Amino acid sequence: MSESKIIKTISSIAFPFVMIYGLYVILHGHLTPGGGFQGGAIVASACVLLLAGYGSREIAKRIKEGQLSVLESIGALGFVSLALLGISTTFFYNFLAGSHSIFGRIPPFGSNPGDLNTAGLLPLMNISVGIKVIAGLFAIVMVLAFVTWKMGGRKQ
Amino acid sequence: MNKTVSACALALFAVFLVASVLMLRPFGEPEETTMDDYIIGNAQNETGANNAVTSVVFDYRGFDTLGEATVLFTAVAGVLLVLRRYAHE
Amino acid sequence: MIYNIPFIAAISLVLIGLYTLIFKRNLIKMIIGITIMESGVNLFLITLGYRKESVAPIFTALPSSTTIPDKMSLPVPQALTLTSIVIGVAVLALMLAIAVQIYRRYGTLNVDKIRRLRG
Repeated sequence: MSESKIIKTISSIAFPFVMIYGLYVILHGHLTPGGGFQGGAIVASACVLLLAGYGSREIAKRIKEGQLSVLESIGALGFVSLALLGISTTFFYNFLAGSHSIFGRIPPFGSNPGDLNTAGLLPLMNISVGIKVIAGLFAIVMVLAFVTWKMGGRKQ
Repeated sequence: MNKTVSACALALFAVFLVASVLMLRPFGEPEETTMDDYIIGNAQNETGANNAVTSVVFDYRGFDTLGEATVLFTAVAGVLLVLRRYAHE
Repeated sequence: MIYNIPFIAAISLVLIGLYTLIFKRNLIKMIIGITIMESGVNLFLITLGYRKESVAPIFTALPSSTTIPDKMSLPVPQALTLTSIVIGVAVLALMLAIAVQIYRRYGTLNVDKIRRLRG
């Protein structure tokens, strides 16, 4: 089930670096290539690396799939409520771009070094979709791994 | 007999696909780019993002992203439902 | 005609996936065939949105010799391909879960035998 000590140690060491890289890709989605879906897939693959190193029985003792389901629902509801906040003009209205609020600068036209303070509602939507994709992909892989291990004990 | 019928159908479909691809416009010269030129020119003014692809995914076509999030949610719910009997300890 | 080689590469992936879906009898191989077909369709969608000698449509640190709408590739096909890839992953996860349940119920993964056993 779980691997030898070398593999456990190396996967534990590599896990925070991959997670930091994935969170960087999620947060800078409006400046560099990336965004919610791509960064969410990177963080989910870091969690699957930890699952492959330690075995699905150890991970299933600590994390139930009900908690992952709650996390995914928080991401989905956050995305829909961010879309509904500008309903006075239209659905999905970017009301934070150009205003004097949290993400409201307009960048100068043409090539510029990127500024994190721009792009209105887009970084918040990136974070919600990122949480949804992380929880969803990790729940799928964990349930498939656990069920395959459990079914291996019954001979048909 | 069944395999030869399938092989003939596959060959016919392959000939149709290759012929229709060779009749397309040449690679690298798109014809009507009015919408994409407008999006590239005005994405920084209206949305404030440097990335035109992210502004298309979340701002100009945000409704498609809502549909995609629904599909992802339905797939995860379907997987957890089909394998529910063995998912507990 | 020699300029359409990227399109021919994309549809040859679709034809390989279609061959696997028709002629193989194992359920996992058929699922792999469906995934190869989805990869071919996504590749075809991306190659529709390319301009000659263009860069990505991102304004952060452009190379200095790009004129603004003329030397940037089209952003809309890239956005639609992103959606298509995520939907492909979701459908693949559901197909694999149903395949696990079929194996538990019938004991085999050969599609000819699944049609005949009533367990």
